[in-house]
Amino acid sequence: MSEQTPLLEFRGINTHYGAVHILKDVNLAIYPGELVCLLGGNASGKSTTLKTLLGMVKPSSGEVVLDGEVVNEKPISYRVERGITMVPENRRLFKRLSVKENLELGAYLRTDRAKVAEDLERIYDMFPRVKERLSQRAGTLSGGEQQMVAMGRALMSSPRVLLMDEPSMGLAPALVETNFELIQQIHSEGVAIFMVEQNANMALSIADRGWVLQTGKVVLDDTADALLENPELRASYLGDAASH
Amino acid sequence: MTATQRKPQKVWKTNNWVDLFLTAIRIGAMAFIGVGLLAFVLEQAGGEGLTGGAIRGLFVTGISQGAMYGLIALGYSMVYGVLGFINFAHGEVFMAGAMSGWITSTILFENGMWEGEAKFVLALLIVLVIAVIVSTLATILIERVAYRPLRESPRLIPLITSIGVSFFMQNAVLGLFGPASKTLPAPPPWMSAEYTFLRIEGTKILVLVIAAVSMAGLWVFVERTKTGKAMRAVAEDKEIAALMGIDVNRTIVTTFAVGGAMAGVAGVLWGLLFRGVSALTGFLPGIKAFTAAVIGGVGNLGGSMAGGLLLGLVESVAPLVILKPLGIPAVSQLKDAVAFAVLVLILLFKPTGLFGERLAAEDRA
Repeated sequence: MSEQTPLLEFRGINTHYGAVHILKDVNLAIYPGELVCLLGGNASGKSTTLKTLLGMVKPSSGEVVLDGEVVNEKPISYRVERGITMVPENRRLFKRLSVKENLELGAYLRTDRAKVAEDLERIYDMFPRVKERLSQRAGTLSGGEQQMVAMGRALMSSPRVLLMDEPSMGLAPALVETNFELIQQIHSEGVAIFMVEQNANMALSIADRGWVLQTGKVVLDDTADALLENPELRASYLGDAASH
Repeated sequence: MTATQRKPQKVWKTNNWVDLFLTAIRIGAMAFIGVGLLAFVLEQAGGEGLTGGAIRGLFVTGISQGAMYGLIALGYSMVYGVLGFINFAHGEVFMAGAMSGWITSTILFENGMWEGEAKFVLALLIVLVIAVIVSTLATILIERVAYRPLRESPRLIPLITSIGVSFFMQNAVLGLFGPASKTLPAPPPWMSAEYTFLRIEGTKILVLVIAAVSMAGLWVFVERTKTGKAMRAVAEDKEIAALMGIDVNRTIVTTFAVGGAMAGVAGVLWGLLFRGVSALTGFLPGIKAFTAAVIGGVGNLGGSMAGGLLLGLVESVAPLVILKPLGIPAVSQLKDAVAFAVLVLILLFKPTGLFGERLAAEDRA
């Protein structure tokens, strides 16, 4: 994979919230079409990593690189236009807007109307239940349906890399599995996926590679299979016992 | 276990007393209105009440003033929607529109544009466009200078600032134009004739038409355009709106601008209805429009328009229809008191306003 340019890259990223040092010299790279996951406990800096990738948080030092270009000073919209998007934690739909409007907002920056209409149809095919509820307010949907709309909204920006912040958080156990299947489906269409997840077993079982973040530092960086076998990780995250 | 069970019961009990008290007030208020209406009906039946024409007049006046309140209320509601604070300088933005209306109409009058039919309509359009430009620019300037630097501070700070801006604008206009009330040129005589089977005065028809067109335009803008969609998205969740690629700052400015434009239109309507404008013109209509926004449910645009109409109507009709038959003297002086009594009454029955939704704690100013 070294001959390829990473799609998205962190080079020695440090971030601070006030005096608190969050990310400490973090290096990572996401290559086109990969499915990678970032594991870590609470307050390990997972969400900050995502926000820094998108430009919602500015690093205090280091470089965020998109397609080989340093984008530290570029606004979120610049990155979204170039194919990064996120499914935020807890979905965060615009609850008072209709389902259709939520999806349309995903394509806010796109000007290729014909292609947008096509993508909308693709999402209807992917989520027939969403299609039935287009004119309904997003806030009236069930958790599972909201998850579909959140994914659909992200896909409407025609992303090359999809960042997912705790995709299984707040979902019923039965839905968690469908959700992971969806992620795999999206991935199989060529979209790179960078997933932040508490459910390490599940995430690693579908990922190519993974990182483990601990108090802002990358402590493990390996293939998913190797991480699944890693005794240290098994003890701290995978809990060895039956998966939850 | 027992402790957790006892606690909610206690809360329930205190709530019950408050509920009882509120119910008593609600019943009292309804009884008061009921008795007033009954007295009015008896008076009418006895043939010593108002004539049909007078009642019709009250309604027409009420609706046209209410439409004006509604237009101003939209600005309060929109800004509250996106930034979560009440922009008390909005009344002064309305006043700026009214002042510019006085200046342009006077100039046009002196140049003979304020007569005839085609000429007058054209002149009025010019007055409207200029008032909209003045109010929009004023509100954009206020946002840039006074509110944007405070974007990250607690919402009480821009609220207080807006009161400061309000005083600043009042005094600036006072200094520039003096304290005397300015009189707009009288519209041509055909405007004060009565039209249609309802015999509505020409100026009031004009006011209603302009208000209806502006509101419809705003509705289309907010509900049907991409910018309007972005506006609603920003109102709901700025962070995620930014994630969609929406320029949040520009959307906030647009929101202020649109609210300002509506206030500019309302300023011209004020000129048409009352013909007198001064530096203090913005104060009472501003507060009443804010009241209208609260009645309708702040943040809800349809509600604000409806709240405005309702407030104008009640303020115009209630003194003579409910209060006077009860033997209360000098009822027309009570117009303003009635307006705010309506607010209290509606909030007694529906604390979130007529069309409002319960806000989450973090959304409240």
